[in-house]
Amino acid sequence: MDEYILEIKNLTKEFPGVRALDNVDLRVKRGEIHSICGENGAGKSTLMSVISGVYPKGSYEGQVFFKGHETAYHSVKDSEKEGLAIIHQELALSPYLSIYENIFLGHMQTKFGIINWDRYIKESNKYLKIVGLNEPPETIVSKLGVGKQQLVEIARALSKKADILILDEPTSSLNDDESEKLLDLILEFKKQGITSVMISHKLNEVLKVADTVTVLRDGKSVASYDVKADKLTESRIIKDMVGRDLTHRFPDRKSQPGDTVMEVKNWTVYHPDFHKIKVVDDVSFFLRKGEILAFCGPMGAGRTELMMSIFGRSYGSRSEGEVLINGKKPDLGSCRAAMNAGLGYISEDRKSLGLILIQDIKTNISNASLGKISRFGIVEGHQEMLVAEKYRKDLNIRSPSVHQMTRNLSGGNQQKVVVSRSLMADPDIFIVDEPTRGIDVGAKSEIYSILNDMAAQGKSIIMVSSELPEALGMADRIYVMNEGKIKGVLTHEEATQEKIMHLALVN
Amino acid sequence: MAMNNMSTNGGNMGDKNIRTIDFKTLFRNNIRNYSMFLILALIMLIFAPMVSWRNFGARNLTNIFFQYSYVLILAVGMVQCIIILGIDLSVGSVCAFVGALTAMIYNSGAGMPMTLAAALVIGVSIGAFQGFWIAYMKIPAFIVTLAGMMLFRGLTYIVTNINPISLKDNGYSYLATGTVDEVLKLGPIVDTGSFRLYPASLVMGVALVALYIISEVIARNKKIANGFEVSSTLIFIGKLATISALVLVLAERFAEYRGLPIVVLVVGTTVFVFHFILNNTVLGRYIYAVGGNSRSAKLSGINSELITFIVFCFMGMLAGLAAVISTGYMNTALPQAGLNFELDAIAACYIGGVSAGGGIGTVVGVIVGGLVMSAINNGMSLMNLGQHYQYVVKAMVVLLAVFYDVYTRRKAGLG
Ligand SMILES: Nc1ncnc2c1ncn2[C@@H]1O[C@H](COP(=O)(O)OP(=O)(O)OP(=O)(O)O)[C@@H](O)[C@H]1O
Ligand SMILES: [Mg+2]
Repeated sequence: MDEYILEIKNLTKEFPGVRALDNVDLRVKRGEIHSICGENGAGKSTLMSVISGVYPKGSYEGQVFFKGHETAYHSVKDSEKEGLAIIHQELALSPYLSIYENIFLGHMQTKFGIINWDRYIKESNKYLKIVGLNEPPETIVSKLGVGKQQLVEIARALSKKADILILDEPTSSLNDDESEKLLDLILEFKKQGITSVMISHKLNEVLKVADTVTVLRDGKSVASYDVKADKLTESRIIKDMVGRDLTHRFPDRKSQPGDTVMEVKNWTVYHPDFHKIKVVDDVSFFLRKGEILAFCGPMGAGRTELMMSIFGRSYGSRSEGEVLINGKKPDLGSCRAAMNAGLGYISEDRKSLGLILIQDIKTNISNASLGKISRFGIVEGHQEMLVAEKYRKDLNIRSPSVHQMTRNLSGGNQQKVVVSRSLMADPDIFIVDEPTRGIDVGAKSEIYSILNDMAAQGKSIIMVSSELPEALGMADRIYVMNEGKIKGVLTHEEATQEKIMHLALVN
Repeated sequence: MAMNNMSTNGGNMGDKNIRTIDFKTLFRNNIRNYSMFLILALIMLIFAPMVSWRNFGARNLTNIFFQYSYVLILAVGMVQCIIILGIDLSVGSVCAFVGALTAMIYNSGAGMPMTLAAALVIGVSIGAFQGFWIAYMKIPAFIVTLAGMMLFRGLTYIVTNINPISLKDNGYSYLATGTVDEVLKLGPIVDTGSFRLYPASLVMGVALVALYIISEVIARNKKIANGFEVSSTLIFIGKLATISALVLVLAERFAEYRGLPIVVLVVGTTVFVFHFILNNTVLGRYIYAVGGNSRSAKLSGINSELITFIVFCFMGMLAGLAAVISTGYMNTALPQAGLNFELDAIAACYIGGVSAGGGIGTVVGVIVGGLVMSAINNGMSLMNLGQHYQYVVKAMVVLLAVFYDVYTRRKAGLG
């Protein structure tokens, strides 16, 4: 047995107009946790797709060695057979199937074409226990939160008897608590001899669990470190990722909130399917001019549901309560009406609620504000191009041009497109749901400074965030939610991670 | 940043300061659009030797337009329905129904403009009726228009009493089978006895080409001024030359037979208007957005119900127009008219590169798709092969065209 379970030599992968991977080398030791870092669009996901056969042999140049022999996969199935399991950046579960069906889908044994489901239900319990998911296996996946779905994905990977587990940004949609659990799980796997390759933008997590870190920049592998031996630090990784030092991650800002611009009173929202269940329960809060509010809390606390129900009744079967904007009760009955009232919303689910994946960057950015670049209902194409170009430069969206289809962008760059669209719509009250999900450290601080600038110009921002450091670093006040209720509010000065956790969980 | 260097480096022309798209990229981005034209040409060429090149003849080309314009018009509406993930199965019955009503209106003494206006209004009303159920009552378009298909066929039988309604004079059918030269009483400008050239289509062709070249040059200069990418001069000129040549050749063909068919003007205007709407207007953008991802469109503040409603109104209006043309072509309103029109229109859309997944499709594409269908029908008729064989061949073509489309799309990484 050789030391390296996975070895990649001189790998190059090109897409039309983009060299996503450029002579990449990577060596993963048997039994280690190997982390891959890099900016958005650096090629991390592409690298994993090559390894796992998503891009078949022949569509790339270079060699991949797995367990000592060169691979020639035609599809993911081939790599699965050899004990390689991948969990993609965007979850790939079948939403209307149950947990156990999702776990065994595609690799169950049948007798004369008939599936013995009972056996699989029993077996799925075993895997659910390993990953620590306390749900009946019959539960429909779409009813679970993202964090739990993530665990189902891992259970699915385990059920394939994987020797190596590839996780593409597994914690990007989890809160700190859930992330912690997941990382512990990966460490547990390590003890059992399972190798993990983990992509992450959360460098603290990387340093916590990884044995080795490889950094990609612009499709090249620029450095590889042994975390312990090299005494690796976050700033070292960042420097390799972006090619320069990044001094302050939360740009300073002086905030002087003005008058109240929005007030929500006794807001209650009912579940879209089960009309009696309250998803948001008697919530009241206010927002001042030039203020940044953060909403924290565990997954399923009702934060997204609260925001979406305010923004054009996009969630829930029914809602009660009052929303006042500048002292008046505006019509918020549709998204257009909410936008006219000065609201803007960025969804946390960029793929199904944010982007139109088959359209290009330009169209996705302009879709919500065509009124600004049209006359007599006719879109002025040149102006549209100029605006789109501007955002592509400002947010550093990596693509050959604004004509690139958004489905071909890396996850982080897709997020930047969604953010651009809302920036172009230029709302007075900007509701951003997990605005930096999957975004690299450099771009994060760019988005933070944009939000700060907006606040300085007298706009108000509501930020739903699962990253406590982000909330602590950015917000003037932090509302803590759990189980559909607001559990408390902390000012910038008094807030700490412990206090937020305490508020959310204790009373 | 490093990635900002345009991978689309100056083509082989090397125009200074002008960012040009190299030929490879251009070709890759447009291969599907070009390939539809190529398939059309290929089909015409395959038939040609079997019918001793009659299918390229002036008379035949003119007749293709007389005979099949209704498919082209219906396809322009159908593509919008399919873009927003709908479908309209009722268009054939609607054509028969509107045809019967307009024949009665015309026979009662109303002039042709009135009759046409009535057809459009009835069409829009039918579209609005179906659109209401689809957009606001959230009944799948397939079901609503399936019901519409039966409903309007039934209504046609009721109003016609299952008897053909013949038109009282030829005034009605001018729109479908007349030419501009005949209506304006223009004599041939060249007449050697066996070879005549009528002027209208030639004038029209030259004017169109001039307009087209001027607008393309202006658009390109504006792009260059703004620093956007453009295709290199050589490719640009090549494209202009090819399209101009095609237009002029077609104009000459029309001129040689009976002049410029009025239906060609009607189809041309329809195509131009809807091409413009889909590409350059806010409404068009919304149609694509709703089809591409309706939930995201909603959150962008787009009223997707209204958009769906409007699309079905458009479809109804175009069905009304097609009704007048198909009735005029037959010169009678038949109770069983419009049979399978919906299938022709849907097939034209899929041959023309519309995606079943929604959000993708162009007016120009489905027109080419419609012409492909027409070329097959026409070629087989010239070979004296009956309807039965036409069905079989059309079926194969639809299957192959969509297979090719799916295949190239997958290769281009578009799903
Ligand atoms: N199918 C595709 N077609 C064209 N370009 C693509 C395609 N897939 C990826 N790319 C490009 O390849 C580059 C690398 O993308 P990749 O998804 O590997 O980035 P990443 O490192 O995973 O970024 P992120 O952190 O944002 O997820 C990007 O510039 C992206 O636009
Ligand atoms: Mg990625």
